Amino acid sequence: MNDVLRRSLVFSTFAVAIVFIGFLQSWNVALGIFNLCLISATMALGVNIQLGYAGIFNAGVMGFAALGGLSAVIISYKPVSETISLGGLGILICILILLLGSVLGVIVYKSNLSQAYKKILFPLIIIVVLLLLNLIGAPAVERIEAFEPAASGFLGGFGLPIILSWIVGGVIAGLVAYLIGKITLGLRSDYLAIATLGIAEVIIYILKNEDWLTRGVKNVNGLPRPVPYEIDLQESTWFIELCQNFGFPLVETSSIVVKLSYCFLFSIVVLTLFILSEVALKSPWGRMMRAIRDNEISARAMGKNVKARHLEIFILGSAIIGLAGAMLTTLEGQFTPTTYQPLRFTFTVWVMVIIGGTGNNYGSLIGGFLVWFLWVEAEPLGLYLVELITSPLSETNPLRIQLITNAAHMRYMMMGLLLLLVLRFAPKGIFPEGR
Amino acid sequence: MDFLNALALITNYILLPGFTYGSQLALGALGVTLIYAVLRFSNFAHGELMSFGAMICILFTWLGQSYGINFGILPTALIFLPIAIGFTALYCFFIEKFVFAYYRRKKSDPIIFLIASIGVMFFTAGLIRFIIGPSDQNFNDGVRFIFNVREFKAFTGLDEGFGLKTSQAITILTTIILCSILFVFLNKTRTGKSMRAFSDNEDLALLSGIDPNKVVLLTWVIAGGLATFAGVLYGLDKIYKPFIFLQMLLPIFSAAIVGGVGNPIGAVVGGYVIALSELFVTFAYRKVLAYLLPESMEPSGMMQFLSTDYKFAVSFIILVIVLIVRPTGIFRGQTI
Repeated sequence: MNDVLRRSLVFSTFAVAIVFIGFLQSWNVALGIFNLCLISATMALGVNIQLGYAGIFNAGVMGFAALGGLSAVIISYKPVSETISLGGLGILICILILLLGSVLGVIVYKSNLSQAYKKILFPLIIIVVLLLLNLIGAPAVERIEAFEPAASGFLGGFGLPIILSWIVGGVIAGLVAYLIGKITLGLRSDYLAIATLGIAEVIIYILKNEDWLTRGVKNVNGLPRPVPYEIDLQESTWFIELCQNFGFPLVETSSIVVKLSYCFLFSIVVLTLFILSEVALKSPWGRMMRAIRDNEISARAMGKNVKARHLEIFILGSAIIGLAGAMLTTLEGQFTPTTYQPLRFTFTVWVMVIIGGTGNNYGSLIGGFLVWFLWVEAEPLGLYLVELITSPLSETNPLRIQLITNAAHMRYMMMGLLLLLVLRFAPKGIFPEGR
Repeated sequence: MDFLNALALITNYILLPGFTYGSQLALGALGVTLIYAVLRFSNFAHGELMSFGAMICILFTWLGQSYGINFGILPTALIFLPIAIGFTALYCFFIEKFVFAYYRRKKSDPIIFLIASIGVMFFTAGLIRFIIGPSDQNFNDGVRFIFNVREFKAFTGLDEGFGLKTSQAITILTTIILCSILFVFLNKTRTGKSMRAFSDNEDLALLSGIDPNKVVLLTWVIAGGLATFAGVLYGLDKIYKPFIFLQMLLPIFSAAIVGGVGNPIGAVVGGYVIALSELFVTFAYRKVLAYLLPESMEPSGMMQFLSTDYKFAVSFIILVIVLIVRPTGIFRGQTI
């Protein structure tokens, strides 16, 4: 009972905060914040599965989120027929070569050839694949990128509904997680964190530089939406009538309706994931995971395959993060590889999970909500604080101007302080993990 | 002659920049490795410590310049380096006192230390952006080149040449001096020996009367000093960017792990291995091969293994290979 009371108290406090923003700033802002809170909570759920259930430190959250964003582009953007005819075949052949190369590699690895042969064959396969890729891929890529570089210069996507990309994003992130997990999961915690940090950086570099795939730093704008556009709403008669009947302002209402529809879609995802994670946690599978986390050696002695279970959970968590990444790109309607910063994506999500309470799904929800809320509201709050502190100085004091322009960066300091304080004084978080 | 031309090209584009960048990585990796050896955790805040040190140095350089202080042909920042080291060491002292001392007393899991270091990283990153802002700062006011490519060509009569930047010479020299001092300190002095003893076997060190607090504080101070050197030298050589230091974390960790975590010699060697391989793999060999090969075999492409954009990926690939093939690193450090 105590648990239920505590949960309802914390969640209603958060609801009050959102309503407060709604009245104080505007409902548009409040809903905008809440939508991102939902996405953050999804990511936190994914990280909680890894960090909370199994104690896996994934510092590559950013990379998986970016893969989700990539899938949003590939699924929803309409195909650019010119570039496909220019270089589509070359890219296709390259993908086939890569697949063939990896299959060959696996065959060699699994075969019972002697080590000496393997040592020669492996580098040989890699060099041949790289050479072929350069020979076939480079001209194709050049042709694609040369086509109207200011507006297009990439292959586009499949032109399918963007909602589909949420699932595809999860699948892509899961597949990449499988590859990464195979290599890195044998490592102990510190190395795993460093290795995944590196993988995320590499993924972002690829997305930034492979212009034929993502337009690189030129960004992809104008992704289609799963919900109606404000301008269409404002022009449809039923909506105008509705607003007139209730006396709502037309423009503001239309954007609120759009945000509410996003909110509805995201809520379905978050609720489904939450219920599934709770069921999984309470099931024998969840108990086994926690047993492995708490005492790996005795779990192994009980006959549990620790490595396979870790791989399983790494894939699951990463897939959820990929899904959240696709949701984020859908909400923003554009894919900008440069916005993926480890501080913003990886470590903030960690803070969410730790503050909420590692291993507790309610904790991840509220952690995602609260931390995102603070992340956004830190800017006005920081500005207010700085202005208060520097008010004795004159308006034109260079120090004051400098501090006020940099006040937005207070949010990093706040995150750090929050993490350190929670870690020190309430290491179990807002909702401690239950037994 | 052709061979000398090729050599000059490689020196200009790979060896000199490689050894400079390698020195900066080595100084960073030394700090990471020392913290690991004594405190047994990977310090994710190290990149931001480098940034912090460089920031303090820049602030004092600006102050000094406004009073007309300069260092002749050398960058003014070098005068204020000791002050910056003092401040960074003090900052490290506070971090140890207010954050890590508690977990050390409680004998927490290394992973708790790691999370705490991420908290410190966040806080420091915010502090730096709050004080100096997120934009780039160029504070190298000394003479840019000791000799440049044109002068080298005129002097030797070769078709190709290399230039030696002042910052490159300073970086490499400083690193050699610092490393020698550090190794003499660790191997010859009483305090250094007690540090190594503590790292080797904590209980035995305590038994023989070594004060753990003193050792840990000293480690932080040394790590902070090295971080300041690395940050300032990197800023002098390239440019000071608050955002770059989080990206530097990956090659620095790679350098420490490749050399063997907890092993100072390994950290230095690892730094050079990472830096040189980054440049060797991303260099376009077309001109070099044109000098070395007979004319009929002259290559038409760029002859580049990887595009320069993937420089950071190289350090990561090396890291993964080392982790799989020889997890203890080249010099048999400790496994995490």
